[in-house]
Amino acid sequence: MSTQVAIELKNITKTFGNVVANKDVNLTVNRGEILSILGENGSGKTTLMNMISGIYFPDHGQIFINGEEALIKSPKDAFDYKIGMIHQHFKLVDVFTAAENIVLGLEEKGRYNIKKSTAEIQKICDKYGFDIDLNKKIYEMSVSEKQTVEIVKVLYRGADILILDEPTAVLTPQEIKKLFDVLRNMRKDSKSIIIITHKLNEVLEISDKVSVLRKGEYIGTVQTSEANESILTEMMVGKKIDLNIERSDVEEKADRLLINNMCYVSREGVKVLNHVTFAARSGEILGIAGIAGSGQRELLESIAGLRKLKHGSIIYNNPKNGNQENLRDKTPVEIRELGVRLSFVPEDRLGMGLVGNMDIVDNMMLRSYKKGKGVFLERKGPKDLANKIIDELEVVTPSANTPVRNLSGGNVQKVLVGREIAASPTVLMAAYPVRGLDINSSYLIYNLLNEQKEKGVAVIFVGEDLDVLLELCDRIVVISSGQISGIVDARTTTKEEIGLLMTKTDGGEKNEQ
Amino acid sequence: MSSNNKVHEPLFHVVKRSNIPTWKSWIIRGLSILVALIICGLVTVIMTGENPFEVYGTMIKGAIGTERRIWTLAQNTAILLCVALAVTPAFKMKFWNIGAEGQVLVGGLATAACMIFLGDKLPTWLLFIVMFATSMLAGALWGFIPAFFKANWNTNETLFTLMMNYIAIQIVSYFCYEWSVPKGSGHIGTINGATEAGWLPAIGGKAYLCNILIVAAITVFMYVYLKYSKHGYEISVVGESENTAKYIGINVKKVIVRTMIMSGAICGIVGLLMVSGTDRTLTRDTAGGRGFTAIMVSWLAKFNPIYMIFTALLLVFLQRGAGEISTTFGLNESFSEILTGIIIFFIIGSEFFINYSLKFREKEANK
Amino acid sequence: MVVAFIQRAIMQGIPLLFGSTGEILTEKSGNLNLGTAGVMYVGGISGVIGAFLYEQSVETLNPVLAVLIPLLSSMVGSLFMGLIYAVLTVTLRANQNVTGLALTTFGVGFGNFFGGSLIKLSGLDVPSITLTQTSLFFKKSLPFADKLGWFGEIFLSYSFLAYAAVAIAIVMSVYFNRTRSGLNLRSVGENPATADAAGINVGKYKYASICLGSIIAGLGGLYYVMDYACGIWSNDAFGDRGWLAIALVIFAIWRPNLSIVGSILFGGLFIVHNYIPNLSMSAQELFKMTPYVVTIIVLVIISMRRKREYQPPESLGLSYFREER
Repeated sequence: MSTQVAIELKNITKTFGNVVANKDVNLTVNRGEILSILGENGSGKTTLMNMISGIYFPDHGQIFINGEEALIKSPKDAFDYKIGMIHQHFKLVDVFTAAENIVLGLEEKGRYNIKKSTAEIQKICDKYGFDIDLNKKIYEMSVSEKQTVEIVKVLYRGADILILDEPTAVLTPQEIKKLFDVLRNMRKDSKSIIIITHKLNEVLEISDKVSVLRKGEYIGTVQTSEANESILTEMMVGKKIDLNIERSDVEEKADRLLINNMCYVSREGVKVLNHVTFAARSGEILGIAGIAGSGQRELLESIAGLRKLKHGSIIYNNPKNGNQENLRDKTPVEIRELGVRLSFVPEDRLGMGLVGNMDIVDNMMLRSYKKGKGVFLERKGPKDLANKIIDELEVVTPSANTPVRNLSGGNVQKVLVGREIAASPTVLMAAYPVRGLDINSSYLIYNLLNEQKEKGVAVIFVGEDLDVLLELCDRIVVISSGQISGIVDARTTTKEEIGLLMTKTDGGEKNEQ
Repeated sequence: MSSNNKVHEPLFHVVKRSNIPTWKSWIIRGLSILVALIICGLVTVIMTGENPFEVYGTMIKGAIGTERRIWTLAQNTAILLCVALAVTPAFKMKFWNIGAEGQVLVGGLATAACMIFLGDKLPTWLLFIVMFATSMLAGALWGFIPAFFKANWNTNETLFTLMMNYIAIQIVSYFCYEWSVPKGSGHIGTINGATEAGWLPAIGGKAYLCNILIVAAITVFMYVYLKYSKHGYEISVVGESENTAKYIGINVKKVIVRTMIMSGAICGIVGLLMVSGTDRTLTRDTAGGRGFTAIMVSWLAKFNPIYMIFTALLLVFLQRGAGEISTTFGLNESFSEILTGIIIFFIIGSEFFINYSLKFREKEANK
Repeated sequence: MVVAFIQRAIMQGIPLLFGSTGEILTEKSGNLNLGTAGVMYVGGISGVIGAFLYEQSVETLNPVLAVLIPLLSSMVGSLFMGLIYAVLTVTLRANQNVTGLALTTFGVGFGNFFGGSLIKLSGLDVPSITLTQTSLFFKKSLPFADKLGWFGEIFLSYSFLAYAAVAIAIVMSVYFNRTRSGLNLRSVGENPATADAAGINVGKYKYASICLGSIIAGLGGLYYVMDYACGIWSNDAFGDRGWLAIALVIFAIWRPNLSIVGSILFGGLFIVHNYIPNLSMSAQELFKMTPYVVTIIVLVIISMRRKREYQPPESLGLSYFREER
């Protein structure tokens, strides 16, 4: 084996329960090489990297570091093999300075002298071109600065193999350029870098080779010099699979919800939604496709009245009286009081949509508990509804008085979707409604959404499986980094087209700034 | 290779349980109480040198030996229960109100003020109305202040309510001097001893019955409020998940302030029961640490008002029983606090085995 | 009179200083120990038990043993309390507030019980627990203090425990800010998941800081009874000083060096009513309220200003479970 090889994975397999997260993955990274790992959400990229960095242990397969087999059982072991991982969620202490975070937990010899350590860290920064104030507190830092601290932390611990999990997801174009410069400097210094991403242009720009994962399976590795966007997209999304989801045609369609120029800035100052404009029509399922974290969550929560927009309007056309209402800056209660029947199945089922410790009946009441006069709750209606949902959606539960936390994922989702549909909405938003569900439950949810569509509801479906989006939806809005990169007809578009739109970094449309 | 890996891993690891049958959790709690009682017995035997059965016998005799003792037991249970009921809605909301002590005291202060200044001026029925109103108002104010700051600036409520206790104690001390009989003694003495104005009446010759009935009513009220009212529902949702509360449009700030006002008001009633129904006087010890004990009562009962009757009874029984041991064997009465502490330690500790389970690696591997 | 006031204020402040530095150490690891009041009681009574048994067992006291025995027994008592709290909150992940309150109940009960029953239990025939002899050893101050006028009285007239309190606070301040282990400890209290990922043994740090914090707090009880109260234990005399120590932690915004100043200030506020002429008994009670009012004001201000350095350790009150990220 050539000494050039820094890390090699052989037939790595990892399963969680029935779910195969990684199956027979093979990778090699040489010294002084940057490898991109490309794949859609849920393709097993992060799981794979967590096995290299000691958070998970593989079920099968071997890892070789510098040609020798390595057992990596904990982050500490990984560190001993000079492997460092920069997680998507930074592990930093907010009230410490950068330097303090970098030396944290180290057992160096000699007296603790933060000034001396700072000087040493500064040397590393100078070497690779990091531009950072080491005496600045983390809470005063931008996301990009925090990321820099994480990278320096790993380098200071002497890592030769660096793993970066979606490092560019939170950065601006300028910051990405800087990061890439630093990565190139590290490559020159014969470090090995693995970078997880799903942005094709970045892959082509920075890496030497690309390995592609799809649904946990290892698809292959290509040299970047021999790759282009369409080859990679095809590897990433694969061939279309027929799912046989029924799609009906509804004759009468009307614009129900008009999203205009929606802009949302997160508390950290990141532009999460950038001039988003589209219409949701009644009698139609509007799909929203995009890499996770492109702003889908914020989009739905803004419509539902849970977030304050910076710009734009949310116009609702009331089918009953033809009135137009702007829902922007209204609370969920105010929206309901306007007579807008907006239902929302959030991504976080037990943390937001339902209360885990309450039984099914009490969860039914979440939306309706205020109904009726008097100070007391009316449990008869919710109880009937709970029983109806248990019956019709075949929820497997000992009784209607079982806390929903004790139900399986599919049944939890049936309860949540059932409740939201029971409010006979005119707009129904569902975020990843089939995530983690078995096939039967998934089809049940598709049928429910179709039923709603036929009733004239405007359905917004945020999904991650392109095959499902293509077969279930009428139109698909593709969102990329908070911008709409295209709106396509689901009946005529192809998987590749959506894949390309999803990974486009610049929305392609005019950028009004 | 995988066997190689096993060697280095710990024998077992701790896993959070998703659910445990209710009966199983109560068996664990019951066992912990049993073990705690045995330890308590051992401690007592070491201290007194008596045989354990005699010790337990003394305890039971002390708690329920005579009719008077049963009444005292019931009265003390009622008062402790009432404070526990008061703090419960706040706890369900995950608002750590450890200021019940102060809220009780200001309620008592308001009651004493009414009795002293209005005792001979108002007809009895009106006096009682004014007493209830002012004591609830005073308690509510004491609950409102920390809640207001918590809701608006997220000020740490545990520390805030704790400080409010001592402010209340000092204010009461101030009035103890101001109103002291004889002047300057620092003791108010029995208020309205001659006229009995503002004294909660003895019902059927039982001095404490009135207190007990009021607390019983509050227990029913609280049970219904938490379980069947819209407010109670909102409290549960806010306590379980603030995200869900926002998702369905609950005004979290409003719920926090409203709940603490109610919490404080009920504490205020306890102050009234203590001053007007039990002690007929006011001292800085009127609350007597019940504000703290009540937290344990409520927490041990999983915030369920009906279970609280039993946890309150358990603690008071212990106190009374241990008190009897102290008297019989010439020991200090604080002996009961030691026993209470031991029992609570065990119950708190047992929660671990309800919420977590120990998983052995081998078992997991075979699955 | 000013000199006497400052002197008394400092003597009042020392138990609070012990209590608050101990509690700061504990809280820095993310554990809010509301049992400090109980710990201080146990620290005091354990010292008393040690001293009492020693005084009763020998004719004349050996000065070294007379100090060492109460000191050690006090430390063992407080350590025991710390261990109870640590086992429950760290290993068994119990609710910290409830555990702390139970610890206070237990500790105060323990103190009062032995305070009231020690004579009977030991079977000795003495009228009351008066450890004047032991106290004399504890109260030994620097010999030349009274020759230096006001300077000596304000700065040099105290016993070794008082200086120890200040020294501990200073050492702790240095420890937090200038040592690697101090940095690790603070990270445990701020963000245990991060500390864990950095290879720090979270449980070990929590245990160590809780136990050591309890021992330090317990010394406050010992100082109170041996020095301030001249070796006379009377039940409940220690009063609310344990809670005041917790208040002082907030007042000092979790910094032991500020705690030194704060403790003297609190001590002063606690006794200032004695030095204001013509103050009625009732008005004195109102004066005793000031430390608590001041603490609330500080608490409100730090929550309004939201300056990160002034906030409690971020994971204060939460138990850490690695698999629950």
